Amino acid sequence: MAAIPIIEARGVDLVFQTNDGPVQALRDVNLEVAKGEFVSFIGPSGCGKTTFLRCIAALETPTGGTLKVRGMSADDARRERSYGYVFQAAGLYPWRTIAGNIRLPLEIMGYPKPDQEARVEKVLELVDLKGFGKKFPWQLSGGMQQRASIARALAFDAEILLMDEPFGALDEIVRDRLNEELLKLWSRTGKTIGFVTHSIPEAVYLSTKIVVMSPRPGRITDVIDSPLPRGERPLEIRDSREFLEIAHRVREGLRAGHAYEV
Amino acid sequence: MKTILPILTVVAAIVVLWYGAAVWLNSKWVYDQAARAGTEVTTAQLISETMAQERPVLPAPHQVLAGLWDGVAGQKITSKRSLVYHGWVTLSATMAGFVLGTAAGLILAIGIVHSRAMDMSVMPWAIASQTIPILAIAPMVIVVLASLGIKGLVPKAIIAAYLSFFPILVGMVKGLRAPDGMQLDLLRTYNTPRAAVLWKLRLPSSMPYLFASLKVGVAAALVGTIVAELPAGATAGLGARLLSGSYYGQTVQIWAALFAAALLAAALVAVVGAIEAVTLKRMGMAR
Repeated sequence: MAAIPIIEARGVDLVFQTNDGPVQALRDVNLEVAKGEFVSFIGPSGCGKTTFLRCIAALETPTGGTLKVRGMSADDARRERSYGYVFQAAGLYPWRTIAGNIRLPLEIMGYPKPDQEARVEKVLELVDLKGFGKKFPWQLSGGMQQRASIARALAFDAEILLMDEPFGALDEIVRDRLNEELLKLWSRTGKTIGFVTHSIPEAVYLSTKIVVMSPRPGRITDVIDSPLPRGERPLEIRDSREFLEIAHRVREGLRAGHAYEV
Repeated sequence: MKTILPILTVVAAIVVLWYGAAVWLNSKWVYDQAARAGTEVTTAQLISETMAQERPVLPAPHQVLAGLWDGVAGQKITSKRSLVYHGWVTLSATMAGFVLGTAAGLILAIGIVHSRAMDMSVMPWAIASQTIPILAIAPMVIVVLASLGIKGLVPKAIIAAYLSFFPILVGMVKGLRAPDGMQLDLLRTYNTPRAAVLWKLRLPSSMPYLFASLKVGVAAALVGTIVAELPAGATAGLGARLLSGSYYGQTVQIWAALFAAALLAAALVAVVGAIEAVTLKRMGMAR
């Protein structure tokens, strides 16, 4: 952990100016994420987990503190196309095929044509959608659409993958499958992943680092480095004692955040 | 088959009402003639005579159809009495104006979506432009352009464009703003240049809006062209045909020209609709 952290937040504050006066969305957020980590942000709605992810992506600008991504400002990192972002909804273009959707960032970033095709094929295989490239989004199920949107975020060479509750709208069975696949994908690509969720099992199952947040104002209450093995984890790991201990600690952290509020 | 019955019912009802109105409105002339000749009119006579007048107040449907048929098929295409000739004159100016108006509407909409200053400054003028009656503007435009030596198709096209740019502008401003925050954020994460945002997201998203506007716009362009043909003392075009019909009390000619214009408008809207269907199908947006 001696190398420079890939994401480094020091005293990050964010205040939104609204019609009802200023709203403190984030207060004094400090976090270091090393290269190759899988970080989950968990907390109740309104705790600023999505907002913090958007700050990393430079979709929001902090009003205080410093936030460095790959050693530069978040906005510079965005300009350098440092990350792929997966939103809550798949957000595929209905007028493009699945392959066309995955090609979108490659076209914008000016990858040469033959390279585009090769990359599309590669990521389609990576998310287990081989052979679906010529289909239109509406011909696919919700889970497959979300996998296509992950493929779109993986198609170009970004070191970081940011995911904002990507499986929030899916049922639990599909979600389990996709979680398993996401872990495989992470260990194969070696990317650093920032993952927002409000599911405790999901966060514990996936992460090497769990960031527990609480609302009003959004702040970090606990950072847990997971003792679970890195890389692929069988789903059954969720019945292990270690897993339940971490889940318990996350729950305690969430409860503490709520107690503060009352 | 289920839809054809209601359609035919409505058409039949209109035709029946029309015949009734023709008998009623044209009867005065028949009674006057009878009074002058000192004869009585039977009901059968009344009906047959109200439907065969040369200059009826309201021509019966079959008279209009006959006039239309004669205008379309009964004349040489180059003849001044041919509706195909007049229709072509109107159509060419309509198309020129429609293309001009669509281009203007598109360019202004793109400007408005990208520049707050344009949004604040252009939109009120665009709305104001449509509150002025076209009948008041058309003669001025034609007189001014004529004094500059510009006559014929161009002034008519300009008035057609003046009417048709507005629906395109309003529809496209809405359409180009159709992408939601998430889709715009996605392109921001790719650090996408504004031109690419326009080409890859805004324009494709606006297609359904564009075609809805084009249908309104093409009909408006036709109305603009016909209005422009009225005050100019134009000798050609459906508008000129309408005007000369009203000068000489040729009501059948007026109605035939009117129907020709309506058919032309329907055909233009249908063409836009067909292009829409093909485009949306190719874009995978038709379902």
